[in-house]
Amino acid sequence: MKKIDTLEMRDISKSFQGVPANQGIHLQVKSGEILGLLGENGAGKTTLMNILYGLYQPDGGEILINGKSVKIDSPTSSIAHGIGMVHQHFMLVQNHSVIENIALGYKNTPFFFPKIRIRDQVVAFAEKFNFTIDPAKKVWQLSAGEQQRVEIIKALLNGADLLILDEPTSVLTPQEIEELFRILKDMKAQGHMVILISHKLDEIMDVCDRVTVLQKGKIVGNADTKGMDKQSLARMMIGRDVLFNVHREKITAGEKVLCVQHLHVLGDKGLPCVKDVSFDIHRNEIFGVAGVSGNGQRELAEAITGIRQVTSGKVFSQGMDITNMCPRRIYDSGVSHVPEERIKFGIAPGLYLYDNAILKQHHLKKFSRNMFLEYDRIKQHTSALVDDYRVATPSIDVEIKNLSGGNIQKLILGREISEAPALLVASHPTYGLDVGATEYLREQLLKRRKEGGAVLLFSEDLEEIFELCDRIAVMFQGEFTGILDSADDKRASDIGLMMAGSLRF
Amino acid sequence: MDDVIISVLQRTMVAGTPLLLGTVGEVICERSGILNLGVEGVMSLGAVVAFIVTYTTGNPWLGLMAAIGVGMVISLLHAFASVTLQANQVVSGLALTMIGLGLSGMLGKAYVGKPLAVKMNDVAIPFLCDIPVVGAVFFRQTPFFYMAVLLALVAWFFLERTRLGIKVRATGEHPRAAETQGVNVTLIRYFCVMIGGGFSAMAGAHLSTSYSKSWIEGMTAGRGWIVIALTIFALWNPGKAIGGAFLFGGIFVLQYLLQPLGISPNFLAMLPYGATLLILILIGLGDKRKLSAPAQLGEPYKRGNR
Amino acid sequence: MLRIKVTDRDRITPIQSLVTNILSLLAALVAVGIIFMVCGVNPFFAISKIFMGSFGSMYGFKETVTKAIPLVLIGGGLTLAFRAKFWNIGAEGQLLMGAVCGAWVGLAWGAYLPPFLIVPLMFAAGFLGGALCGLIPAFLKIKFAINEVISTLMLNYICAEFLTLLIVGPWKGKSRFGFPGTDNLPDAAILGVIPGSRIHYVTLVLAIICVVILTIIVYRSRFGYEVRVIGENPEAGRYAGINFFKTSMVIMFISGGLAGLAGVGEVAGIHHYLGYPSAISSGYGFTAIIVAWLAKLNPLYAIVSGVFFAGILVGGDAIQMSLGLPAATVQIVNGTLLVFLIMGDFFIKNKLTFHRNTAAEC
Repeated sequence: MKKIDTLEMRDISKSFQGVPANQGIHLQVKSGEILGLLGENGAGKTTLMNILYGLYQPDGGEILINGKSVKIDSPTSSIAHGIGMVHQHFMLVQNHSVIENIALGYKNTPFFFPKIRIRDQVVAFAEKFNFTIDPAKKVWQLSAGEQQRVEIIKALLNGADLLILDEPTSVLTPQEIEELFRILKDMKAQGHMVILISHKLDEIMDVCDRVTVLQKGKIVGNADTKGMDKQSLARMMIGRDVLFNVHREKITAGEKVLCVQHLHVLGDKGLPCVKDVSFDIHRNEIFGVAGVSGNGQRELAEAITGIRQVTSGKVFSQGMDITNMCPRRIYDSGVSHVPEERIKFGIAPGLYLYDNAILKQHHLKKFSRNMFLEYDRIKQHTSALVDDYRVATPSIDVEIKNLSGGNIQKLILGREISEAPALLVASHPTYGLDVGATEYLREQLLKRRKEGGAVLLFSEDLEEIFELCDRIAVMFQGEFTGILDSADDKRASDIGLMMAGSLRF
Repeated sequence: MDDVIISVLQRTMVAGTPLLLGTVGEVICERSGILNLGVEGVMSLGAVVAFIVTYTTGNPWLGLMAAIGVGMVISLLHAFASVTLQANQVVSGLALTMIGLGLSGMLGKAYVGKPLAVKMNDVAIPFLCDIPVVGAVFFRQTPFFYMAVLLALVAWFFLERTRLGIKVRATGEHPRAAETQGVNVTLIRYFCVMIGGGFSAMAGAHLSTSYSKSWIEGMTAGRGWIVIALTIFALWNPGKAIGGAFLFGGIFVLQYLLQPLGISPNFLAMLPYGATLLILILIGLGDKRKLSAPAQLGEPYKRGNR
Repeated sequence: MLRIKVTDRDRITPIQSLVTNILSLLAALVAVGIIFMVCGVNPFFAISKIFMGSFGSMYGFKETVTKAIPLVLIGGGLTLAFRAKFWNIGAEGQLLMGAVCGAWVGLAWGAYLPPFLIVPLMFAAGFLGGALCGLIPAFLKIKFAINEVISTLMLNYICAEFLTLLIVGPWKGKSRFGFPGTDNLPDAAILGVIPGSRIHYVTLVLAIICVVILTIIVYRSRFGYEVRVIGENPEAGRYAGINFFKTSMVIMFISGGLAGLAGVGEVAGIHHYLGYPSAISSGYGFTAIIVAWLAKLNPLYAIVSGVFFAGILVGGDAIQMSLGLPAATVQIVNGTLLVFLIMGDFFIKNKLTFHRNTAAEC
């Protein structure tokens, strides 16, 4: 029994704190169709879909299902209308089992003994789409791809005719992406409709029938993907031609800066997360670590910078043994760190901009005299950082939480580079930033390389890795499945297989 | 000698009963993600309300009902502050404790030192009570004891084996995920805070209408705080709370046992509090990762936040 | 249908913040009045009595200042702990340990040393006593992951029993005719008061100096910076290489130490001997929690909020006597004030807008 044949969003508007996120948006999708929603980060794609899913209320506009206006004011009502959504950050309870996560929202879950009584149903349903899942496993034990499948089953079990997928491929290996696309095509054949949010052109071209392009909260284009080419799609998305090929000049690597030997590190759950990792980084070199996140990258970065305990193995910074030293001494030895999840780790949100500008340096002589901070000098330094790194802010006397993500990231990068560290560890530095900020940050990393610094770059974005890095390591389940030269085209094509662990060097 | 052991065990059960009631309530509350430090105050208020109603009507069951009702209503204060206003739960819980202790002192002033004519009578379970030792220890107890054990088991069943239980746990672990699955996070949290309040008040009613049959200010003597420690000790599992509560009941009884040996009563009075610290240290010495506190415990949840 | 919309407030001026807090306090008084009314007490009489008793007469005001001394000391220390999100609920116990150590020094050496030596020694001992009592929960939190709310509370009970154990046992005074309590402190160990009052000025001056120094530490020192970072975002603190163990220990050393000073003040300035815990402190450790909260965790503001809550304590005593209310009444007033302050914070952080909904919906 199908609930949705056509769906239309008319003249949808929504703003946050006076900043418009969606303005007068029209969108249409019908059965057996995959619609791509293309746009840069911050273009308003997710906001629009959260409105459709009932998480946000639009300031204006209406939603029509089968031509009739409907009111969707909560996820419950959108589920009842046959809409399902898979969020970019999975909405799964990590400490619960797969079956508990499914039972949570499944409309036919009985009150008593829910887990046992829906189990067979779920397994049977999953087989229909050729999924295999173990219902008893805890979610945190699953890979990203498996978690995504749980999300899809959750939506389909509730009778979703329309499935919204928000950046579904960002956490998947190339092989898992293929698997996902196969599933989407199966669904399409069975008459479901899909809205796929993405900022990756290839994906949109691959699976979508039609594409709607958003830019700064407005629709800038609608097209059939057949007959479109990538270049014109990109122009539509950004409003200008993309200059993604940042120029990387050839520099021969200098002396050894960082040396990691047979490193072993445990994760938060007490399981080994980094297993026997060894590598060197030299001056004038950017060393990239590619891989799907959650394969030990975070633990590796934290172990090198001293936030996490090393269980065995050694880390040397310019010949000095820094294994398990406190973070401050490691910083003083010349290792600085741009952490992932900048808001969560990199700043103290309620403190002023100038307080945050010295987060790792407040102990340095130039900012303090005896036990007291020299705020005059700190403010001078902050003003210089704000100018040098183009941080857009009304003044340095604002709480940093009022800044946008891109500007926060520029400040963090500036803070970490300003002392000219021998090694910069940068974890996903451009994640979630707009094109302008991304380009700027990448240039800064290359500048650092030219000046004689070494960079250890963690990124999920293969394009970024290939553009910036001299050498690339691929990380899978805590191990390096290989280290390759980025100029080595032959091996570069195998990187997807290495990310999935099925190929090793 | 046997008689002594039986009497000690029996009193252990009695002393553990309010701890168990309070702990089960706090477990349910914390499982939904709300830390309620108001237990001590609500327990005290429950004690005084149960006492006054029992004293005036002569019916301890009415007293119990009134206590539960008042406990649930006063807990709304914490629910409103921590859920609706997204306030700091530590501070709001402390405020609830202050108000509860204050109100109970004010309401109970006229009743201090008055003995209760009727009380919650012990109930012997037919047949089972005739089993040697076991019968006397477990099956000749106050109704509070049976209720506490039964409710602990029901609470375990509720959390682990019902759909609503999954919703409660999901709310404490990942409220946003729960909301996207159509769970009303606000409602669940209000519900759990009120249940917790009802349980705390019930523990108080046990103290004033069964355990000591009188009301005096400060009669909860920190049991509300021990309950919060027991919640951790029980790893947020109502089933494990049974063991923890009666272990502590034993420590309370130990005070009276050791008194004749000439140990200072003030030193013995430190025992339950010292034991609480000791047990938390032992837990801390073990694998901290096993401490499976609800992931979002104490964190306010804001709907529709970006 | 009227709908309320809640949005984040970007910025708030100090004036708006002050007005909101004053309005919260007024609203709290209305709520307290209602509670009084329900309990059969004339609310206007009771509330006016509270303020007349504390600020309305010279005698009352002197008493208010006397009670403000421990509140400012403890409240100031708590602002530091709360700022780092270290929930020290154990100031009561820390005060008692300060009193014990101070009294011990006074009793042991008071007869042999001149005042200018013995008084500083007593305060030093009291500070150490309170500080050591504060270090325990900090140690337990970092090393064993024990929730500090529970450990500080348990220590309150343990300290109270320990003090009682001393005064009924080994320290029982010969001049007490068998009643619990130590002998009076020697004259040299007794703090001077402003004539005609119970204001022990040494402690008063000490309290003001302490909160001023503390304010400078919080806003200007490296340590204060680390405290603020940890409080705002512990993950960022970890990333920045802040040593949690050291910082927590220092925070609790100071916070507990200030409570200990208050304990010495109460013993040497007011009671002149060590008696029952409930006599030495009428819940200062708990009231100071609200003092710190009303001070918006700024040590300097603790002077103002400390005097305000001292007034409520004194006024509370006044209505207890004239209306025959139990001692716990003050707790209701305190708890209600705290609840309304929290509510006020909500209005400081969020903006409410009301708008009519045109669409018929339920």
